[in-house]
Amino acid sequence: MTLTYYLVLAAILFTIGAVGVLVRRNAIVVFMCVELMLNSVNLTLVTFARASGTLDGQVMAFFVMVVAAAEVVVGLAIIMSIYRTRRSASVDDANLLKY
Amino acid sequence: MNPEVVLGTGEAVVFWVLAPVALAGALGMVFSRNAVHSALWLVMTMLSLGVFYVVQEAPFLGAVQIIVYTGAIMILFLFVLMLVGRDSSDSVVETLRGQRVAAIVLGLGFAGLVGAGIARATQDLAVTGLAAVQNAGTSNIEAIAALLFTRYLLAFEVTSALLITAAVGAMVLAHIEHEPGTRRTQKELSRARFLTDRPQTLPGPGVFARGNSVAVPALLPDGRLAEDSFATGIEPQEADQMPRPTGRGQLGSPDAALGTLDPAPSDTPGGREGGQHR
Amino acid sequence: METAPADGLIAASWLLIALPLAGAAVLLLGGRRTDRWGHLLGTGTVVAAFVLGLLCTLQLDGRRLDVALFTFMSTGSLDVRAGLLFDPLSALFVLLITGVGSLIHVYSIGYMEHDPRRRRFFAYLNLFVAAMLLLVLGDNFVALYVGWEGVGLASYLLIAFWHERPSAATAAKKAFIMNRVGDVGLALAIFLMFAQLGTVSYDGVFGSIGLLAGGTVTAIGLLLLLGACGKSGQFPLQAWLPDAMEGPTPVSALIHAATMVTAGVYLIARCAPIYDATPTARTVVLAVGAVTLMIGAIAGCAQDDIKKVLAYSTVSQIGYMFLAVGLGPIGYVAGLAHLLTHGFFKAGLFLGAGSVMHAMGDQVDMRRFGGLAPHMKVTFVTFGLGYLALIGFPFLSGFYTKDAIIEAAFDRGDGWGYLLGGLAILAAGLTAFYMTRLMLMTFFGRPRWEPGVHPHESPAVMTAPMVLLAVGSVAAGFLLVVAFPLEEWLAPVFGEPEAAEHVVAPIVVSVLVTLVMLAGVVTAWLFVGRREVPVTPPVRVSPVTRAARRALYADAVNESLFMRPGQWLTRALVFVDNRGVDGAVNGLAATLGGSSSRLGRTQTGFVRSYALSMLGGAVVVAGALLAVTTG
Repeated sequence: MTLTYYLVLAAILFTIGAVGVLVRRNAIVVFMCVELMLNSVNLTLVTFARASGTLDGQVMAFFVMVVAAAEVVVGLAIIMSIYRTRRSASVDDANLLKY
Repeated sequence: MNPEVVLGTGEAVVFWVLAPVALAGALGMVFSRNAVHSALWLVMTMLSLGVFYVVQEAPFLGAVQIIVYTGAIMILFLFVLMLVGRDSSDSVVETLRGQRVAAIVLGLGFAGLVGAGIARATQDLAVTGLAAVQNAGTSNIEAIAALLFTRYLLAFEVTSALLITAAVGAMVLAHIEHEPGTRRTQKELSRARFLTDRPQTLPGPGVFARGNSVAVPALLPDGRLAEDSFATGIEPQEADQMPRPTGRGQLGSPDAALGTLDPAPSDTPGGREGGQHR
Repeated sequence: METAPADGLIAASWLLIALPLAGAAVLLLGGRRTDRWGHLLGTGTVVAAFVLGLLCTLQLDGRRLDVALFTFMSTGSLDVRAGLLFDPLSALFVLLITGVGSLIHVYSIGYMEHDPRRRRFFAYLNLFVAAMLLLVLGDNFVALYVGWEGVGLASYLLIAFWHERPSAATAAKKAFIMNRVGDVGLALAIFLMFAQLGTVSYDGVFGSIGLLAGGTVTAIGLLLLLGACGKSGQFPLQAWLPDAMEGPTPVSALIHAATMVTAGVYLIARCAPIYDATPTARTVVLAVGAVTLMIGAIAGCAQDDIKKVLAYSTVSQIGYMFLAVGLGPIGYVAGLAHLLTHGFFKAGLFLGAGSVMHAMGDQVDMRRFGGLAPHMKVTFVTFGLGYLALIGFPFLSGFYTKDAIIEAAFDRGDGWGYLLGGLAILAAGLTAFYMTRLMLMTFFGRPRWEPGVHPHESPAVMTAPMVLLAVGSVAAGFLLVVAFPLEEWLAPVFGEPEAAEHVVAPIVVSVLVTLVMLAGVVTAWLFVGRREVPVTPPVRVSPVTRAARRALYADAVNESLFMRPGQWLTRALVFVDNRGVDGAVNGLAATLGGSSSRLGRTQTGFVRSYALSMLGGAVVVAGALLAVTTG
């Protein structure tokens, strides 16, 4: 059992989040998948902070959380306003910007 | 000093218990048909991650993860989910041709490449530990605070600006604009109501009825149906024709309850012909 | 011979050009306001130019004067100074142009009296006189070229003066295009001079012509000859001149008989130093002259249109002049003397023909004339004098100047000399034949007029110039050859006359020519005068006559050699352009457009598709990183 296990776990979680972004159509679920990807990155940061013996990784993870919070607020507001006008939370329905 | 590479047994136990839980939560989130279930699966993963943080000498981040992330942000998600409700986007049927296969193939490839790369690069990663930076009795929180308010002060301040902006932006986006001055005061509304021939409030659906469906109109004191209480878009049903609620299983959902009284389903959507109640 | 700066009146000789040019400008820009007095202004400027030219000539005294005006263009090593060269040769042409021009302007007042566009006609005539004077007065080849193009433009405008007639419009285009062929030759010659010598002034070119390689000089000479052929209607560019008779008759008289068409002779005489240096080009000049001489004479015998007969006569007579200048120093003076006398009598003949047409209601078919002598006495007498002068009747002008050319041809002394002399004598007989035929068909015999035609004598404003030109026709030869020999006047230009070593005694030549001429007259009387002239041209004629009627198939040759291949080439080019060039360009555009629109289809608007491609990119990057670090 080494730190590598944490890192590989983080990579797998990240990939699952990415695949979720690709296959789910509900904008809110897509958002959740993005959150999962952010969290897996946080795990990486914390692991490396521990490995290198500095706290900068943890501070970085803290900032990631803050930015994620801000992102969630704005993103959910956008989903709300789209839902109000289009009565749909599907990311496939907002596809007017094309060829 | 020869840094350690192999971690302790306790930590290994924690990891091997919680890592499958986190993975299960992630997979469950992706594959749940119901968005609410997805959110709950995600909560499980995040809790596991919070524990990992604590184990990895980051108790502050672990607390923040559990309180802020799992507590506040996921509640926000659920809140919006409840506002939006369920719709066709919850379906897991794929509409883009080849998207799912390509996503899974690429995902496997990505996981394999990154995982292999990380495993190869970090197999001898030594654990320095944080004891050196938070010695002399300072806790993890104090050490992080010292960093935040010294080296990362500017970033910290900028983060506050970001949060303010996000809050204002969310308000602007979620706010429904009303023309100023077009909203009628309660006094005006009340005066307008008394100018009509029916000053009193309308009876609520099913007030004097035995059923509680919106399809059941109100009855006037003389027993007639109150036309004002007809729900728009739904054919009025007389309470006699409504099924009696005798239990949850029998009643089902209100929509399913409509039209189940007759042996044969009615040929018009929503129930009987209009005028039969007259 | 040295060039001296101009002094006295000659310093103002630029007015010679400016006067008619100003007249043209006023008449063209003034519009209808000048309708009432425009013809008088036009005539006045040319008469004033004539008076000025006469005074300048009297002051000249055999000098060679340079009138510097201004720098025309100065680009790099090309430095063209606009200047005039007033020497005996220029003076001769100035007098011819302004003198005959004045008479024809006066004549035109009467001839064009009823034409609604008379003012414009005079404007064009003035333009022509100005351009022609620039041509002969310029002291460098560029000025000559400007004048050359100017007379071409005026000629085009005047041939197409009655542009509502399709035949006139076509003839003008034909003249313009064939002139263009010659002009290209002239322009190339000038380019060549500049490229080789770095100068285009007469002095500069003639002074250093000896430095050039023989081939280059020959090329310059041949290119100049091409230009001269185009302007003078010489073989192989002779076909436009007869068609140019579609213009008003005064135009035919001034431009296409007396002055413009002799510009080629002027060019070759002016460029005598070049031709002195290249015997090859000179021989070609000779050949061109001889061939044209015969073509014109033969074609003239079969024409029924009075103006076309005169036109082919002009072609033939200019052939004489080319023959003369092609002979070299012994021929220059003879050729120029013939040019001058020809200017008189051919202008007179054209004016007479115009008078006849005026009387006959613009009829030009000689088969519809006949018996006009009693009705138009002045015209008959002046025309008759011009006729006698042209056929070389003893002691009239043609006799002196034509004999001089034939003598010069014999004086070459070799077999070619005898051949050319013989051809010239034969052509003299043919000239006598076709001119006698013209006289007989027009003025003698039974009238064959169209119904309703009442011939009458022309007004005095028309007959007066005819009389003056007739006097010139009679006297010019004697004056130029015997009384005031042209040789001496032109000595500063071509050198002192040598005592010619005559191969054949002049008297023998004169007698021979006169006899042949009389034979031509008698033959014509036998063919035409003795019997009735049919009103419609006979169909059953000899192949020679048929060929002569079609001017020895010059048009057919041009058409099959140049026009049709040109059309095929144009069609082929259009095809290549449409299918090849356009096809390539359009195909490329269609390929790009199609592929880009197909590529644009990948932009579906689905965010998840974009995210998929991003993940694909991430996989590629991760793979590349791994490959780099492990490899």
